[in-house]
Amino acid sequence: MADFGGGDLDAFRADARTWLEANFPPSLKGKGLMMMREGEAADTADYTAWRDAMGAKGWGVPTWPKEYGAAGLSAAEAKVLQQEMGKIGAWNPIGGMGVMMFGPTLLEYGTEAQKQQHIPPIVKGTLQWCQGFSEPGAGSDLASLATKAEDKGDHFLVNGQKIWTSGAQWAQWCFCLVRTDTTRKHEGISFVLIDMADPGVEVRPIQLISGNSPFCETFFTDVKVPKENLVGPLNGGWSIAKRLLQHERSSLSGGGGGGGAAAALFGGGPLDALAKKYVGEDENGRIADGELRVRITQHQMEAKAFMLTLMRAAAESRSNSGPSAATSIMKNAGSKVGQDRAELMLEIMGRQGLGWEGEEFTQAELNAVRTWLGGKATTIYGGSAEIQNNIISKRILGLLDHQ
Amino acid sequence: MAVLTEEQSMLRDAAKTWTQEKSPVTAFRKVRDSGRPEAFDPAAFAEMAEMGWTGVIIPEEYGGSDFGYLSLGLILEETGRTLTASPLLSSALAAASAIILGGTDAQRAAWLPKIASGELIGALAIDEGPHHHPEKVALAAAKGGAGYKLTGSKTFVLEGMTAGLFVVSARTSGKSGDKDGITLFLVPADAKGLTRKALKLADSRGAAVVTFDGVEVGADAVLGSADKGYDLLEQTLDRARAGLAAEMLGAALQAFEITLDYLKTRVQFGQLIGSFQALQHRAAKMFTDLELSRSCVEAALAAIDDNSKDVPELVSLAKAKMGDTLHLVSNEMVQMHGGIGMTDAHDAGLYLKRARAAEATYGGQSYHRDRYARIGGY
Repeated sequence: MADFGGGDLDAFRADARTWLEANFPPSLKGKGLMMMREGEAADTADYTAWRDAMGAKGWGVPTWPKEYGAAGLSAAEAKVLQQEMGKIGAWNPIGGMGVMMFGPTLLEYGTEAQKQQHIPPIVKGTLQWCQGFSEPGAGSDLASLATKAEDKGDHFLVNGQKIWTSGAQWAQWCFCLVRTDTTRKHEGISFVLIDMADPGVEVRPIQLISGNSPFCETFFTDVKVPKENLVGPLNGGWSIAKRLLQHERSSLSGGGGGGGAAAALFGGGPLDALAKKYVGEDENGRIADGELRVRITQHQMEAKAFMLTLMRAAAESRSNSGPSAATSIMKNAGSKVGQDRAELMLEIMGRQGLGWEGEEFTQAELNAVRTWLGGKATTIYGGSAEIQNNIISKRILGLLDHQ
Repeated sequence: MAVLTEEQSMLRDAAKTWTQEKSPVTAFRKVRDSGRPEAFDPAAFAEMAEMGWTGVIIPEEYGGSDFGYLSLGLILEETGRTLTASPLLSSALAAASAIILGGTDAQRAAWLPKIASGELIGALAIDEGPHHHPEKVALAAAKGGAGYKLTGSKTFVLEGMTAGLFVVSARTSGKSGDKDGITLFLVPADAKGLTRKALKLADSRGAAVVTFDGVEVGADAVLGSADKGYDLLEQTLDRARAGLAAEMLGAALQAFEITLDYLKTRVQFGQLIGSFQALQHRAAKMFTDLELSRSCVEAALAAIDDNSKDVPELVSLAKAKMGDTLHLVSNEMVQMHGGIGMTDAHDAGLYLKRARAAEATYGGQSYHRDRYARIGGY
């Protein structure tokens, strides 16, 4: 496949189409976003079959290397694959933190043995990862984290508490930042992999304002972590974490591999049609509430500007090795567009958009209020909007700290 | 803060003490988690009535104290601070206003003493869709026999499940959207053919769909004049809007103060997060908006007490400005608290949910900006 001429791509397209048609269960058509959002709730036989097929093919993470079970496709082939999937309503069943954040990081920093052990299950989609970064006292100031890992010869003994560990109740493994040197801040942090089956791990889901519990508090009490689960050098975890957070921002803003986040921003249909339905239209076919119409327009234009920026960044990154510092712009811009959309959705639906439960409300209306509340987290997690602005002003604009 | 009379100062202090001691946010949380059908604590409401809060705007001859709307606003500001759920706004302000403004002597004598004593809950049954449009009335009141027969339904009726009396806007002529042809009726909740169903909203306050299936009422149930009820409805709604704005002011102030306190205690990067200018300036902006909002809310309430001509203009200003401020403050409360503000265990989400529901009630910012322009003739 050294030649990326049109002929080979056409052949790949034909093969992909045949395979997808043979393997994608029609019952799952168009249900991607919903099922991926539900986490483990998507445990139907069709889903499992589809995930296993894609996992075996290595197409969940099509551009990852072949030696770990992925497909090793070129960017052009991956794009063709995505196009063919889109044509039949197929979607990628393999996602989560392993795909979006941990996998790319381990491929960059892991030992060969670590990659052999951990990448194939991510490729197959059979194993879930969670992120043990934030602590109650270490949110925006992540590097002040205190979870302690003591050197006990062949293993570390880990004690401490993590918070906002997404999906910890379903994850088998946790990539975790721990303190291995208490005398230095950033240079005293190490990146370790923790088996969630260890009896010293306790997970408590946190109920959010949206009523959902996608995050947990995770407690580590005398958890033994073998030394071979250290990624990168001892006390060298901070630079790995920063790299991983770039992947996180990239995926949260809808860039990178996961188009899911961008789809979430624009799910639920166009706002203009929704407004005509709930607010009505005047004799010229305009949204009846003129003030709301202007604000919907402002939002639609902002969303379009964001999508164009995503596309530009994607085109530009094809010549680079990975996400750059510019991803910080994308996260703030994307989360703002998403939150504005959610607020407008409620306003358009009026009090029907404030229903909490009950048959007087449609599913779309009930979703609107939960999405609105849940979306408030997008400017908090993955580096808050304020932290993103600090990164932009310091790293990109070269502005100095207050002296 | 408006210059208060001695009575008003005492009333405000009493309200502050009572809400903080007897009705803190934990009390609202308890009501919410209990899922009780009233969506408020009847014992707490009885105490409010005992203190005379349900009679603040009601004339003395009907068992009230006639202290006026600014006074009731002071109480609502305090109940707003702690998110106290009660029929105070719906019954003792909104429904009472309709009867005070439009009622005959007989109607006033029949209903106001019971509202003042708290034994009866009144409710406005006005809206028929998700958006507030008081002129969009399709619920039909057909003349028949000695009175009228009401057919149709109302939605988002605040305290609709516990109300004993509804003030219902109905159409006696014309079509939905016409201001002419609207008539207000007083309909007891036990009238034959009236049914109701609870609505569960994000703010966990009491609301219902009320359906009228050929409900028969006498001619003496008409409040104000037949076909010409829209002006009375608008006057009533303006009082309800001003009262709600006062409640929103309290909620916004409390949300702001909790947030300010967090900025002064939460440490990140070795310093209080309130030492960061990025947050300081946003706090200063909120403070500015709150001061501007208070001026609008108090001016609207005072204009009602003075029976001033600019009530509609000042009320729309207050509801829109207060809505914008509460919108901002409730969002910032979550954002500035970070992750902890996203948890149900923290109060930020409760203020956020109440904010959007209050914004949407009796017309949101968009509605009142448009109305402000219409009143101004542009």
